[in-house]
Amino acid sequence: MELVVSLAIGVLAGSGVWLLLRPRTFQVTIGLALLSYAVNLFIFSTGGLRTGADAILGRGEVGTLAEFTDPVPQALVLTAIVIGFATTALLLVVLLAARGLTGTDHVDGRERER
Amino acid sequence: MPETALLLILVSLPFAGAVAAGLLPTHARNAAAVLAGAVALTGLLLVWAAYPTVSAGGVLRAEFAWIPALGLNFSLRMDGFAWLFAGLVTGIGALVVLYARYYMAEDDPVPRFFAFLLAFMGAMMAVVISGNLVQLAFFWELTSLLSFMLIGYWHHTTAAREGARMALTVTATGGLALFAGVLVLGHIVGSYELDAVLAAGDRIREHPLYLPALVLILLGALTKSAQFPFHFWLPNAMAAPTPVSAYLHSATLVKAGVFLLARLWPVMAGTEAWFLIVGTAGLVTMLLGAYVAIFQNDLKGLLAYSTLSHLGLITLLLGLDSELALVAAVFHILNHAAFKASLFMAAGIIDHETGTRDIRRLSGLNRSMPFTARLVLVAAAAMAGVPLLNGFISKEMFFAEALSAEAPLGLLNMLPVAAMLGSAFSVAYSLRFIHGAFFGPDPVGLPQTPQEPGTWMRLPVEILVLTCIGVGVLPAATVGPFLDLAMRSVLGDGVPGYSLSVWHGLNLPLLMSVVALAGGVALYLLLQGRLRSEIEGEPLLRRLEGKRIFERAMVFLSWRLARRLEGIASTRRLQPQLRLIVVVALLAGGLTVWVRGVGPGNLPPSPVDPVLALVWAVGGACALGAAALAKFHRLAALILVGGAGLAVCVTFVWFSAPDLALTQLTVEVVTTVLLLLGLRWLPQRIQIPGDGGPEVLTHARRMRDLALAVGAGGGLAALSYAVMTRTPPQLLAQDFLARAYTEGGGTNVVNVTLVDFRGFDTLGEIFVVAAVALATYALLRRFRPAPDSLEPPIQQRDQLSAAPAEEAPATARPVADWLLVPFTLTRLIFPVMALVAAFLLFRGHDLPGGGFSAGMVVAIAVILQYMIGGTAWTEDRLAWLRPRVWIGTGLLLASGTGLAALGFGRPFLTSYFGYLELPFIGQVPTASALIFDIGVFALVVGATLLMLVALAHQSVRGRRATSRALASPARTERTLAAAGDD
Repeated sequence: MELVVSLAIGVLAGSGVWLLLRPRTFQVTIGLALLSYAVNLFIFSTGGLRTGADAILGRGEVGTLAEFTDPVPQALVLTAIVIGFATTALLLVVLLAARGLTGTDHVDGRERER
Repeated sequence: MPETALLLILVSLPFAGAVAAGLLPTHARNAAAVLAGAVALTGLLLVWAAYPTVSAGGVLRAEFAWIPALGLNFSLRMDGFAWLFAGLVTGIGALVVLYARYYMAEDDPVPRFFAFLLAFMGAMMAVVISGNLVQLAFFWELTSLLSFMLIGYWHHTTAAREGARMALTVTATGGLALFAGVLVLGHIVGSYELDAVLAAGDRIREHPLYLPALVLILLGALTKSAQFPFHFWLPNAMAAPTPVSAYLHSATLVKAGVFLLARLWPVMAGTEAWFLIVGTAGLVTMLLGAYVAIFQNDLKGLLAYSTLSHLGLITLLLGLDSELALVAAVFHILNHAAFKASLFMAAGIIDHETGTRDIRRLSGLNRSMPFTARLVLVAAAAMAGVPLLNGFISKEMFFAEALSAEAPLGLLNMLPVAAMLGSAFSVAYSLRFIHGAFFGPDPVGLPQTPQEPGTWMRLPVEILVLTCIGVGVLPAATVGPFLDLAMRSVLGDGVPGYSLSVWHGLNLPLLMSVVALAGGVALYLLLQGRLRSEIEGEPLLRRLEGKRIFERAMVFLSWRLARRLEGIASTRRLQPQLRLIVVVALLAGGLTVWVRGVGPGNLPPSPVDPVLALVWAVGGACALGAAALAKFHRLAALILVGGAGLAVCVTFVWFSAPDLALTQLTVEVVTTVLLLLGLRWLPQRIQIPGDGGPEVLTHARRMRDLALAVGAGGGLAALSYAVMTRTPPQLLAQDFLARAYTEGGGTNVVNVTLVDFRGFDTLGEIFVVAAVALATYALLRRFRPAPDSLEPPIQQRDQLSAAPAEEAPATARPVADWLLVPFTLTRLIFPVMALVAAFLLFRGHDLPGGGFSAGMVVAIAVILQYMIGGTAWTEDRLAWLRPRVWIGTGLLLASGTGLAALGFGRPFLTSYFGYLELPFIGQVPTASALIFDIGVFALVVGATLLMLVALAHQSVRGRRATSRALASPARTERTLAAAGDD
């Protein structure tokens, strides 16, 4: 199972990096989204992959890591998902504004001279 | 008054006064002047109140813990020497305030002027009574900064801005060097306290680090006192209002440098290095300044160079290894402050009453301003060193020192000659000031008819000139005790016998004085022709202008060098920058692996589940597809990204993270909608087969990027595999799991972590989200679409043309009419979604859910209405929906919950919990964290909606813009960018 998830992280990150290096703003936006999936999954995986572990304590229970999932990476990733959404929105709007001002959707604000 | 309070008030009162003056209305000239005058006079009284203690040989001290861990205290210390300077700062300060009240024009923002002036007074006071060297360096830099503000007070003129910048650059750089020097000195002594430093003279002089410390400290002192080769900033600082020149550039600020030299004289002077640096700088500055001053046509310029020369004289005296020279230097500091401040004020009066300061245009003012003329006559004579005035006595002392100076170098043999030469120059420029302005024929063509200034404006000059005469006639009775007091505190018992009197009998110094006076008069007469000509600047040295060298250096540093470095090391293009980041990350990762090695961990891999493998086969394909299609098929790429996101979501469910899955799912929906809304404003791009085929260069570049992408992906995959096959570290997890219910009152550990354990992080996060939403909104308010995106997209036009003809296009809701069933369903589903959101929110503390996902669900519900119902229809019905109010409420609720804990005497964001028994519903967890979570919820709703709605509104605005643009058909040309570049 670890192999599948790490391959998934690799494919997401690779696609993301490839798009990050492209010249069109939309490609960069999509690239960042893919890269953030990869990073979120990676952070999540540092808590270990646990199938069927409990995520919710019983009333009055003192949980241990043996029966429960690690909540710390999960809390981190939850925050990261929301922040990621906010930054994607900001990036998109900045890129749209740049496109309106410069007339092009090239990341440098002008087409590359050939 | 206890001495602690006295010293503290002395330092803090000017700053408090500065704040108060800054708060006055812009044109409250009188109020500001009264305030400033009161502060300065109070300061003077306080200084006087300290006299009994100081004159008895005592030292006033005040100490407060500042950074005890570093051995740093905020310490104030006033001995006789500091007392003398404190008197100078407050006394001249009071006179300058009075003068400035009448000098400043009514339409200048005078309160601002007094605010800076008072703050400067406070900083200067803190410099002279600092008992700690680090603290001294701090206030030293503060005086530089405030002098920048004061020189640049009339910031609409170029001269003021450039003069201010130059002064700041030179003196603040020097201040930085001083700070470094002080640190070295502190290292040598083992303490930054002035008392400890002054007691460690031999240790300092013998320490191997003595020379670095000396050079650094001298850099600070010599730049501040405008000594060669850093002298050039002072004449350019004359762009300041004249009260500033009188206060900062004659009496106080520039004296800070020599103050420091005298302060550290007992522990640092007496070495060859000290003499070489200080003595040479002083000698050169004295001669250079006096020489250049003769040829200045601007009254203030003349005074500025003369100030340089006198500062040079003081510095030279400090450079000599003799206690008597030190006495002469301190005495001359006082004398120079008195006559130079009065001369600056007089120059200001002339400027004020005639409208010009050009000596060539002025003439014969003796008749129209007789009283001022006599004052200037006395002050200038004091500057020239005429007997019976204060300047004479200190000059005689200087001559005596020049004759008897003993130092290891033969250079000293010429010292008496140099002293006489400088003195003769000084006579010449003093003559020029008096003769040029007040004698000769009546002036013609002045901007204003000259007349005597008001009584109050003249009063400060009168007081200072009286001082000059008093000290000149009866030195021992007037200034004697104060000078003695200062010298005793610097030299202790080693004060040499010196005599303050006018007549020392016929001796060599007196002869030198006579020669210098006669020589100066002769020089002035000889130079008449040259001085009346139109030639600007002085002969011989015109090429060697510090200002020009400084400017060239600045241009080189801040422009040429910067550009060249940017050309070599940087680029404005985004792609190379990002590529560099990826390469560096790869190298860093690779290096770590190379050094430490990497391999699978200790845990056996769990068996592969075919279902999840299949999910990721699809998810991975989605990611690769999105990467391939993002350029020419944006919609397809967006859908594929959604696919990959779903795979991530499934993974979260699979590995027991329901909260993450929930959040991921809702955020996925909102992100997709957001990007969909953005698609509308991007240019059309159609792939034309065969066109723009990859050139060789482009192909190579693509291969390189591909290699980077594969490297990054492969590296991260290997890294995650290595991480996952190791036992995860048990750092916080165990603690959180154990305390989530017992102390946090919730069974959903992730949620408890977010709203309780790490509540402060979450608070910071929601503030970031709020800032981002507002930034998005602000950016979109000014949004101007590109010309080729103005026209409605083809789909919209088709729908509009298909709409019934009788309906006006503005009210047409093509989507709602065409998709009647989804439209109705969406309306029905809205309350259900609201209920789901409430459910998620309230159970969040115990079961998967919480503020984030609940907020997202509400946002999705609303955006659905927008998508199907149209903007106008939705906003008619959801008028209560004001995203910014939601954002504000959310932030207030969340931070209010945190603050409430303070009210109960607990730390910020401490939470309280209990269970509430509600009829029909049963037990409801009511932790105060729930209120916090409601704040998060409100914020997420508000922020998400603000972004989405602002973006969606562009279509409505865009339509309006289009109808305008369509009137001029030339702008609707469509550009088809089919470039194949990459």
